[in-house]
Amino acid sequence: MTAKPNLSLVTSPRPLPADHVERNAGVPLDLDVVRAIRVNRSAVERRAATIPTRRTVKNEWQAAWLLRAVTLIDLTTLSGDDTPGNVRRLCAKARRPVRDDIIDALGARDLGITVGAVCVYHALVKTAVDALAGSDIPVAAVSTGFPAGLSPVEQRVQEIRASVAAGAREIDIVITRAHVLTGNYAALYDEVRRFREACGDAHMKAILATGELATLGNVARASMVAMQAGADFIKTSTGKEGVNATLPFALVMCRMIREYYERTGWAIGFKPAGGIRSAKNALEYLYVMKEELGDRWLQPDLFRFGASSLLTDIERQLEHFVTGRYAAAHRMPMP
Amino acid sequence: MPSVSKIFRTMEYGPAPESDKEALSWLGKHERVFGHYIDGAWTEPGTTYDVMNPATSKVIARVTDGTAADVDAAVRAAGRALPGWKGLAPHARARHLYALARAVQKHARLLAVLESMDNGKSIRETRDIDVPLVARHFYHHAGWAQLLGAEFAGYEAVGVVGQIIPWNFPLLMLAWKIAPALACGNTVILKPAEFTPLTALCFAELAHEAGIPAGVINIVTGHGDTGAAIVDHPDVDKIAFTGSTEVGRIIRKATAGSGKKLSLELGGKSPFIVYDDADLDSVVEGVVDAIWFNQGQVCCAGSRLLVQEGIAEQLVAKLRARMEKLRVGAPLDKAVDMGAIVAPVQLERIRSLVQQGADEGATMWQPSWAAPQDGCFYPPTLFTNVEPSSTIAQVEIFGPVLVTMTFRTPDESVALANNTPYGLAASVWTENINLALDIAPKIKAGVVWVNSTNLFDAAAGFGGYRESGFGREGGREGMWEYLKRAESRERRVEKKRGTAERRPERMSSAASTLDSPLSTLPSIDRTPKLFIAGKQARPDQGYTRRIHSPTGTLVGEVGEGNRKDIRNAVEAAHAAAGKWARSTGHNRGQILYYIAENLSARAAEFAARIDAMTACGKRASKQEVDASISRLFTYAAWADKYDGLVHSVPIRGVSIAMNEPIGVIGVACPDEFPLLGLVSLLGPTMATGNATIVVPSQPYPLAATDLYSVLETSDVPAGVVNVVTGGRDALSKVLAEHDDVEAVWYFGTRDGVTAVELASASNMKRTWATWRERDWLDAADGEGREFLRAATQVKNVWVPYGE
Repeated sequence: MTAKPNLSLVTSPRPLPADHVERNAGVPLDLDVVRAIRVNRSAVERRAATIPTRRTVKNEWQAAWLLRAVTLIDLTTLSGDDTPGNVRRLCAKARRPVRDDIIDALGARDLGITVGAVCVYHALVKTAVDALAGSDIPVAAVSTGFPAGLSPVEQRVQEIRASVAAGAREIDIVITRAHVLTGNYAALYDEVRRFREACGDAHMKAILATGELATLGNVARASMVAMQAGADFIKTSTGKEGVNATLPFALVMCRMIREYYERTGWAIGFKPAGGIRSAKNALEYLYVMKEELGDRWLQPDLFRFGASSLLTDIERQLEHFVTGRYAAAHRMPMP
Repeated sequence: MPSVSKIFRTMEYGPAPESDKEALSWLGKHERVFGHYIDGAWTEPGTTYDVMNPATSKVIARVTDGTAADVDAAVRAAGRALPGWKGLAPHARARHLYALARAVQKHARLLAVLESMDNGKSIRETRDIDVPLVARHFYHHAGWAQLLGAEFAGYEAVGVVGQIIPWNFPLLMLAWKIAPALACGNTVILKPAEFTPLTALCFAELAHEAGIPAGVINIVTGHGDTGAAIVDHPDVDKIAFTGSTEVGRIIRKATAGSGKKLSLELGGKSPFIVYDDADLDSVVEGVVDAIWFNQGQVCCAGSRLLVQEGIAEQLVAKLRARMEKLRVGAPLDKAVDMGAIVAPVQLERIRSLVQQGADEGATMWQPSWAAPQDGCFYPPTLFTNVEPSSTIAQVEIFGPVLVTMTFRTPDESVALANNTPYGLAASVWTENINLALDIAPKIKAGVVWVNSTNLFDAAAGFGGYRESGFGREGGREGMWEYLKRAESRERRVEKKRGTAERRPERMSSAASTLDSPLSTLPSIDRTPKLFIAGKQARPDQGYTRRIHSPTGTLVGEVGEGNRKDIRNAVEAAHAAAGKWARSTGHNRGQILYYIAENLSARAAEFAARIDAMTACGKRASKQEVDASISRLFTYAAWADKYDGLVHSVPIRGVSIAMNEPIGVIGVACPDEFPLLGLVSLLGPTMATGNATIVVPSQPYPLAATDLYSVLETSDVPAGVVNVVTGGRDALSKVLAEHDDVEAVWYFGTRDGVTAVELASASNMKRTWATWRERDWLDAADGEGREFLRAATQVKNVWVPYGE
C-alpha cells in the first residue's frame, strides 16, 4: 500500500466517480490531526436534534427515498441461533426486499431494487454466498472477535482471512476499545492497518463501538485513526452495545469523513448500525448524509444501514404510499 | 410531478407543505377584517389597512389603524380593570396565566401557521421555537404570579402598561410582554407591529375564551402613530418597547419627565467570536442559527463573525459549503431553512446595505442557487474583507447578512466585540473553559452564549447593554420591570430641612465662620476644590460658588465646575473603572469600611459642617453622620454579597445571571441630607464596582468636599469617585449628554428629571431620575437591593456543558 502524502486541508477535493470510489489506501498516522480534533457535545446534539426537524420528504419523494434506503441496507442476522435455514431466508429477502406488487405500483421494476449486502457471522458466510449466487449482492462477515474484539490478535487476523476465503466481499471488523480509552492511537492504527491488509480485496468496515467509547471526542478520534489506517467504511456499532447508532454519533463520524476527504481526497463510507428500526429514523440518517456529506454518500459504496427489522417497516410505508391504507407487517414476506 | 424512479436517482427534496386550511378558516370566521380587542370585546373595524403574506405578496387580512381615541378607550378599559386584577389573590392570577399557557398549547399549530403566513418565517421555527417558547413564558410566569407575594414582598404592579412590539417574533414578543405584566398584576394595552398583527388578534380571542377579565388585555393595531398615542397617554404608567434603537430613542424622549417607567429592548450588532480551539463544524451550525435564523431578522443575531486569524480561511470555506446546503423557500414548507423577509421595504433595505458593503470594497458571497423571485426572499450572504470601518460592520442590517472580521488575540477579540454602540448579545466559541469564562464578562452585552447561540428561556433574563436598551425580560430580573414599591411603603417624607429661604448675603469674611471665629489670627483659607482622578483640582474656569446657611451666613465656597471638569472627571472615572470592577468584593468592602472608620474619626467635624450649612440642629446633624457611617457599613457588607443567580434553564448546562457594574455613573445627589444622601448613592455604586462622578447637593456641597479628604485617606483608588461641585442641573445635563457615561442618577426637581431623561437618549444610558423625596434615614427607603439593582445590570451567560 502506498500512502498518499498527508496534505493540509484541501478545500475542493476532486469530484468522485459516479459508481465505485477509489479505495482508501490510508495515510501514515498523523497524531497532529487526531489531537487537534474538537467536538462540542452540546452543539453536536443541538445540530443532530434539528436535522430531522429541518428536513422531511413526503409522498413520491418519501417513496423514492425509502426505496433508496432499501438499497443501502446491510440485511443482518447476528444471533447465536443462526442456522443455514434462517440465513437462506434472509438472502431470499435480500434479493426481493419489497413485494413485487408494491414495486410495480411504484413503477420501480427497472430499478432492480435489492439490499446492499447480507451481513452474517463467519460460520454462515458460505451459506449466504451460495444463497446469493447469481445476484450482485455481496456477503459481509463480522470478524475479529466480534463483538468485543478481545481474542488473540493473530486469531483475529486469521478470522478475516478465513471469511474472505469463504467468499465474504466485505469484512466488518471491531476495534480494541481500550486503545481509544487509553489514548493509544498508535496501537489502534497498527491494529486496523493489519486488519486492512488481511482483508485484501474485501472492503473493510471498522466498527468503533461508539457506545463504549465514552465521549464524542473519542468517537471522532477513533474515526480519524481508523481512516488513516485504511478503513473503507467506518461503522458505529456492533448492535450489541448498550447504546448503538444515534444521530449525534453519525454527525460526528460524518464530519470526520468530510475532514479526511478534504485532507486526502479519499471518500470513506459510513454505516450506522443497531437500533435503526423505523423508516422515519432511516430517513433521518439520509438527511444527515445529504446535508453533511452530499448526495454521493447516498449510494451503497459509501453508505449502509446495519439493520434487520428496518426493511419490513420500510416495506409497510411503501405499501401505505401505494394503497393509502396503513399497512400490516404480517402482510410482508418476512426476512 | 417527477416519478418515483426519477427521484430515486436524483435524491432531491420535494415539497412538504404544512396546511394553511385551519388558519384560513380562522381568518374567514372573522371575514378577514379585524377591529381592536378592547375591554373584552371586538370593536367595529375602523379605517383599515392590508396585511400581506410576504411569501406570496397576497393580502390575507385587513386590520384597523388605531386612532388616539381607540388608544384612549383601551387605556380607560385597562384602568378600570386594574383594581380588580391587581387585587386578585396571587393564586387566582396564577390560574389565569396557566389558562393562557394551556390555550397557547392547545392551539399551537394554528398560531404557528398563522405566524408563518403573517411574518414569512418558516413553519419549523414558529412550530418548534416561537410557539413553544410562548407557552413556556406563560407557564413560567404563572409560577411567578403564584409566588409574587412571597418573593416580591413590598412591591406591587406598576399599573396600566403600554406595550409596543416588533414584527420579527410577533407572538413571542407578545408573550414576553404580557406574561410578566399580568403576573405582577398590571393591565395592558399591546400594539403589535403593523406588518404582523394577526397572532396577537388570535391570542386575544384565546385569552377571551380562557376567561381573562375584560380590560386586562387590550390589543390595538396600527402604525407608528398608534404607538405614539400609547406612549403619550397620560394614564399609562409604563411603556415596554421592543424594536429599533431609533424608535427607542424617540420613546425615551417622549416619556422624559413623565414619571412613566420604561423598558426598552432595542437593536444589536452582536459579535460571534470564534477562537482557534473551537469545534469548527459546530461553529458553522452556530452561525446558521445565529444569522440565518428568522432570515437574520433577529435583534440579537450574531451578525459580526469575529474569527481568530489563523483559522479564518478554513472557517469561511466551511461556511460557504454549508450555505450551499441551505434551503430558502415557501415558509409553510416543512423542509426550508429560511422563509421570506417580512416586507418589501425591509427587503429593499437589505439589498441596499449589501450593495453598499460591496461598493465599500468588502467581498460579497452568496450560494450558487437562486432564492425564489416571487415574494420577499433574500439569500444567505457572507461578507469577507470587512473592516470595522465598513458600514456593514457597524449598522444593524436585520437580514441574512454576515460580516467577517479577524482578530489576533483574546484581548483584540474583546476590543472588536465591544467596538459598537450596541450591547445585546454575544456568542463565544472555544473548547477552553478558562478562555470562555474570561471573555464572557469582558463583553458588553446582556446575554453571552458559550458554544451556542440564540438560546432563549423564560427563566433567564434577556436584554441589552448600551444602546441595545435597558430592562430585562424573563427570569427574576425581568419581574422588576413590572413592579414598583408598594404605595403603602412610600411614607410621606417630613420636610426636615433644606427648603428654608436663603436670606440676603451678609457682608462677612468667608473665613470667619469656617475655622475658629475666636482666633485672633486670620484663619487660613480652606476653599475646597474639585476632586478628580484622586487629586484636588481647581475648576476649569476658576470661579467659585458661595455657600450660605439658611440664615444667609456664608459657610464656605466651592469650585464652580463646568462641562470641561465633567469631561475630565469622566475620563478619570473610565481610567479607574475597569480595575475597580475587577477588584474583589471583599476588597471593595474593606475600602468602604475604611471610609466609615475615617468618617467616624471626624464625625464631630462633619456634624458641625452639616449643621452650619443646613441649621438642622446638633442632634439631627449627628444623627445624619451616624446614619452615614451605618450606611457605609451596609454597603461594605453588601460588597461581597450581592450575588447573581444560576437560572434553571431547560438545557444541560446553566445560565449564570451575573450582576455586573454598569461602569461609569454620574450621580446628582439629593439636597435633603447633604452627607447621607451622598453616601447612600456612593455606597451602592462603589460596592458593586462602578466609578462615579458625583455632583453634590447644590446648596450644601461642603459635606461632599469634606468627604473627599476622607476618601483620600481610605485607599479609594484614584478616579473611582470624582466630585464636581457647581450647578446641579447644568452639570447633570452634561453628564446625561455624555456618550461615555453609562448611567445617570439624579435626585432633584421634575424639570431636572426631564432634562436628564431627554439628554440620556443620546446613548440610551440608564437613568434613575426622580423628584420624589426619600426618607434617607429609613433603611427601608434609603438603602438596600433597590439601590444595588440600579447600580448593576444583569448579564446572562449561558454555558451548556457535557463531554
